[in-house]
Amino acid sequence: MASQKEVLIDPIFNNNPIALQVLGICSALAVTINMSTTLVMCIAVIFVTTMSNLAVSLVRNRVPTNIRIIVQMTIISSLVIVVDQVLQAVAYDISKSLSVFVGLIITNCIVMGRAEAFAMQNGPWLSALDGFGNAVGYSVILIGVALIREPLGSGTLMGFEIIPTVANGGWYVPNGLLLLAPSAFFIIGLFIWAIRAWKTDQVEAPEYEIAPNAQYKEAI
Amino acid sequence: MEHYLGIFVRAVFVENMALAFFLGMCTFIAISKKISTAFGLGVAVVAVLAITVPVNNLIFNLLLRDGALAWAGFPDVDLSFLGLISYIGVIAAIVQILEMVLDRYVPALYNALGVFLPLITVNCAILGASLMMIDQDQTFGESVVFGLGAGVGWALAITALAGVREKLKYSDVPDGLRGLGITFISVGLISMCFMSFGGIDI
Repeated sequence: MASQKEVLIDPIFNNNPIALQVLGICSALAVTINMSTTLVMCIAVIFVTTMSNLAVSLVRNRVPTNIRIIVQMTIISSLVIVVDQVLQAVAYDISKSLSVFVGLIITNCIVMGRAEAFAMQNGPWLSALDGFGNAVGYSVILIGVALIREPLGSGTLMGFEIIPTVANGGWYVPNGLLLLAPSAFFIIGLFIWAIRAWKTDQVEAPEYEIAPNAQYKEAI
Repeated sequence: MEHYLGIFVRAVFVENMALAFFLGMCTFIAISKKISTAFGLGVAVVAVLAITVPVNNLIFNLLLRDGALAWAGFPDVDLSFLGLISYIGVIAAIVQILEMVLDRYVPALYNALGVFLPLITVNCAILGASLMMIDQDQTFGESVVFGLGAGVGWALAITALAGVREKLKYSDVPDGLRGLGITFISVGLISMCFMSFGGIDI
């Protein structure tokens, strides 16, 4: 049985949902153009993942296995509706700029994946911790990507100017590429590289080894 | 007619589900190692999108929209907050029905799609397309074309990526970048290529 600390800390670097489990990438890429939407998204995902893991874990012994997916789906979508309504009431602008991505938390594979893989087998307290840990692991990557994209792409952070751009009389020419879709893929690719250079046990085995050049020896 | 063609071309190339909106990324990355499986999944996504988007359009316009229940005598009822849970329910149900129909009438296709069909329920591209359709307030005709186009665009993107990855496995990639890392960077490059369709407008 994993200890509580492991369940909480492990997903942040060792078993990161985005960098290793390849879960929940869709929203990771789309909302990271600026920091404030990223933070709102992270809070929403942390809330939904923790609560859904808790709820799924509480009902896990009463749900017949062949309808479990639809039960999980209902729990998750109710939670997301709550988040969506709260956002529309409290932070309407941000909810507008997140547009469909709040709704897409339902199909965010982290939420489903953790409910299915962890909460169905473990008690409520551990499951809630696992959900929280995974959502934090997801948030770490999202905030990291946003920290690169917003300052270099538009010279601001949380809407405040930190690098004076040429348009505002400064010296920095914003790199427009960082506001476009492809840059998010590049940055996450490089993040994965960085994490795997640090934690070398995550490196994937090559599918093909290049054989040593035999002809060269024969020629000698 | 031109209007519909425009929506189709936009959905396939300009606003490609996978490469411009990052939808369906999890399956996009996970199931793109071989062209044949990627293509099978692509076909399944086209079928599901072409059915679910118009159905969700009808549900929204006839049941959930503000004042849509006037025909039943409730002109003041606005059920649009129930949207998310209805759309995902519709998607799950349609995937299930499609699976049973294929199993009964087209077993060859059913076997080819195999495990991908149930997986499609949790593919964000499906729910994402429905939400975008609501966002853009499309009519029924537009939603049929949009659903089809979005599916074709996604299938095109995953097949292209699978083609790149099949060749990529013979190349000598730095250790930490091997597998997932280099895949992300290839997707970035494909996405950049698709951006060159940006100016097309019919």
